[in-house]
Amino acid sequence: MLYRRAGIRHTSYRHERMLWPLPFDRTLVGVIAAFLLAAPFLIDRLYLVAYLLPWLIWSAAALGLNLLMGGAGQIHLGYGAVMAIGAYTSVHLVRAGVPFELAMLAGGLASAVIGMIFGVAALRVKTLYLAMSTLAMQYIVDFVIAHVPAISGGTQATIQVPPVRFLGLRIEGDIATYYFALAVCAVVMLFMLNVQRTGFGRALAAVREKDYAAEVIGVDTFKFKLLAFWTSSFIGGVVGAVLVVCYLRSVSPDQFHIDLSVQIVAMVIVGGLGSVLGSFFGAALILFAPIVLNNAVAALTSAAGLPLSADLRAHIPLMLYGALIVGFLVLEPLGLAKIYDNIRNYFLVWPFRYARR
Amino acid sequence: MDLWLIGELALTGALVGLMYALVALGIVLVYKTSGVANFAQGAIAMTGGYATWAFATLLGAPLFLAIPLALATMFAVGFLIERAVLRHMVGQPVIMIIMVTFGMEIFLRGVMPGLFGVSVKRLDLGIPQAPLFVGEMLINRAYLIGGLASAALIVAAIVLFNSRAGIVMRAVSDDQGASWSVGIRVERAIAIAWGLSAGSATAAGILWGATQGVDWSLSLLLMKALAIAILGGLDSIPGVLLAGLIVGVCESLATGIVDPLVGGGTRDIVASLIILMTLLVRPYGLFGREQIERV
Repeated sequence: MLYRRAGIRHTSYRHERMLWPLPFDRTLVGVIAAFLLAAPFLIDRLYLVAYLLPWLIWSAAALGLNLLMGGAGQIHLGYGAVMAIGAYTSVHLVRAGVPFELAMLAGGLASAVIGMIFGVAALRVKTLYLAMSTLAMQYIVDFVIAHVPAISGGTQATIQVPPVRFLGLRIEGDIATYYFALAVCAVVMLFMLNVQRTGFGRALAAVREKDYAAEVIGVDTFKFKLLAFWTSSFIGGVVGAVLVVCYLRSVSPDQFHIDLSVQIVAMVIVGGLGSVLGSFFGAALILFAPIVLNNAVAALTSAAGLPLSADLRAHIPLMLYGALIVGFLVLEPLGLAKIYDNIRNYFLVWPFRYARR
Repeated sequence: MDLWLIGELALTGALVGLMYALVALGIVLVYKTSGVANFAQGAIAMTGGYATWAFATLLGAPLFLAIPLALATMFAVGFLIERAVLRHMVGQPVIMIIMVTFGMEIFLRGVMPGLFGVSVKRLDLGIPQAPLFVGEMLINRAYLIGGLASAALIVAAIVLFNSRAGIVMRAVSDDQGASWSVGIRVERAIAIAWGLSAGSATAAGILWGATQGVDWSLSLLLMKALAIAILGGLDSIPGVLLAGLIVGVCESLATGIVDPLVGGGTRDIVASLIILMTLLVRPYGLFGREQIERV
């Protein structure tokens, strides 16, 4: 019904390779893009800064991690540390007078290099060990950042981000930062959408499915695992830089603790491993569900006249992340993206259900 | 640096390491029988500590009753985790299984402080505060008792593995399909391993709760336990004992000697460094079987 396929004929290879072959999907993407572009003039400034902006940034981070976890099937529990490296590198470079365009890329490169060193250590062995060594990486990077005064300025210090320009435009104020984050997120999204159709993306998929099978058909497993680490860490570093410039506006070591890693891993899993759309869904759910649930619980308990301890409310997000990760992995391992896909498949051939694939 | 101080640090470290090893024991038990790496072990230890505190303080049970009650409850919790969550994950990729246990870790880390409050809960086992003097070395009695109790429990686990139930578990860990075909109830063996693992975590939670109080930070034992399990070899129980001693001593010496130089905090990364070094040099650990697939 909605996603009508009738009358779509591919007359050239280019046409067949379109990202969104169905007109309805194209319209949907167009409407959402138009809404996001017009958002600063449509919705309240508070919602823009407190909801849309973090959603875009965290989605971009989830996309970067998804390349590694969903694309190449490698686990990474230290993505927060990767973002921290990018954030600190770019902030220090900007403070030293380097243009932000370069500083951002340098942040990405620094993340990629350091991330890959840990990757080499870990990729000699398999998944379980990879989980442990990335977890170790998180703690080691945290420690180094906090305890080297040249990086963090001391354990308790916070470094302000100076005003930056990107391609001649000042990134300050709510609207400019929003558009900048939107642009970065769009670039990462387009990269992720396209990477699955390149030789690189297909090699990663082969590695994910079975690494020695990939080896048999001529994919250099080790090389592509490392490349996946490299690319994903690069995106993580750039997003880390964007995060501090657009949203946090200052860096301190405690912003990039294991909690951030857990949050992003939860986004990837809840959204759906390997799905671009899922990363956006996952980021939205993980960012906003605790807020909504907190308000709902507070409203319910105050309506019922039951006092609710501050400790309980403070821990609702953690409980929710955990419950969502476990629940999705047990009940719907492919996440929200799969749920959307089921709905889409239902409407694709409605009312002729027997034609469903 | 005088020798008495180093001796004191090493001895304390060894005792603390034995207490860490008790947490690692659970990881090894589960990994050995079912091949699942349990990233929820730290939070299960924390839950055990909270359970004991709840029985002792909220319900007013005397300690000799509260501890067995907590152990029994947590055994049931371990059983339940296996039945309700892990059994659904059989045949899934390792990445999914790891994330499920990690999700449980996060969940428990939220639930326990959320329900019982974040303030540190005192769990008094009646161990005197006054330290013990050995020459010029000061030994904390709580660590001494904790370390010895842990060592006893780990030795008990080694003995258990030579009993009938232990042989069943060893068979399951060798080959699940083959054990099935000779009539071993594989699911039950794995469930029992989870129960025992939660039980050992609880024992560790109680001992740690007695030394530093019960709060969310008990779940940080996960990192040390992982380091010990990796260093000792993921499928070796005697390895846990030795690796526990090594990790404990390294950590204590690092805290005592390196901390003043860099301004604190080394305690938290010794475990991480040990994990990385082990993976680089000898990924199957000191006593583990050399069957890790390399790429």
